[in-house]
Amino acid sequence: METEKPSTLRRFMPLIIFGVLVVFLGIGLTLNPREVPSPLIGKPAPAFDLPLLEKDGRFSEQDFKGKVTLLNVWASWCFACRQEHEVVKYLGSRGVRIVGLNYKDDPADAKAWLARLGNPYEVVAVDRDGRIAIDWGVYGAPESFLIDRDGIIRHKVIGPLTDPEKVEALLVAARENGMNELVTVLTDVRQKIR
Amino acid sequence: MMNNNRLTFVALLLTAVFCFIPAAGAAPIETFQFDSPETERVFHKLSEELRCLVCQNQNIAESNADLAKDLRLEIYTMLKDGRSEEEIIDFMVQRYGDYVLYNPPMKPLTWLLWFGPIIIFAVGLVFVVYYLKAQSKMKQRQALSPEEIERIKSLHAEQKGKDK
Repeated sequence: METEKPSTLRRFMPLIIFGVLVVFLGIGLTLNPREVPSPLIGKPAPAFDLPLLEKDGRFSEQDFKGKVTLLNVWASWCFACRQEHEVVKYLGSRGVRIVGLNYKDDPADAKAWLARLGNPYEVVAVDRDGRIAIDWGVYGAPESFLIDRDGIIRHKVIGPLTDPEKVEALLVAARENGMNELVTVLTDVRQKIR
Repeated sequence: MMNNNRLTFVALLLTAVFCFIPAAGAAPIETFQFDSPETERVFHKLSEELRCLVCQNQNIAESNADLAKDLRLEIYTMLKDGRSEEEIIDFMVQRYGDYVLYNPPMKPLTWLLWFGPIIIFAVGLVFVVYYLKAQSKMKQRQALSPEEIERIKSLHAEQKGKDK
């Protein structure tokens, strides 16, 4: 008399399917849907020409050339910008070139904000109606773009630079693009915010 | 008691029905002036197909977010400049990526998204077929062949003869 012997594989099938599901759902849960990858990485900075906040003159995408720049999109109404401002100031104090993009803000408010909290920006370009920010794929402040000395966008940080994971990702991008000075500074930032 | 149950049922039914009624009038579309009904149609189509980046489960037409408002204005301005539907979609994708599209494009990266359900269905179908086959084989094995039945009968008869 032969009986159907249930094979081990068959017996554990539900468990295997369950395991696969758990892995996939786990990946899904840990992804951050708020971070939309930018299609601009590896592309030249979008063309723009904006007035400056505190000086006469203008800033265009041509002005990125020659030095590694962090373009920081901020506004005085943005709470997370205030949060990350200490980090931005620290970066500035360590010689990182930081250009501000003042996003949909009242210039008077923006000036008062900088006067009160400190100004780490080499210059601040004013995007009053947010039109240029659309070209940059900005969908909220703060956002920071890492631009190399040839004016190519290398990385985009979405959200405040106080987040260790975001700093880590920025650090990796800086290292991949051979921005050694920035790597040194960011390594120190990572120590500080941890 | 009966009455109470019925009331609960009606309440549940109404809740269910209301869940499917779109919030009419909630769409915060500004009053734009269009040159032609066709342009207006394209405008509404686009703002319904494009996803709002800030409030991610709404399209640009429904969202009250500042960015959605800006993007609606952007679409309107581009349409006014005579740009085509494709040009506007390209404009958005270049800046925000495929993410803005509620209707994802077919390309290697999205193959799993498009064909995943069909693949899963096929795998399920193979499973069912295999299962049914195994079942009928089992039944066949359990059923006795005519020869076996004959043999049992003869054994029975033999036994009866011995008992007597």
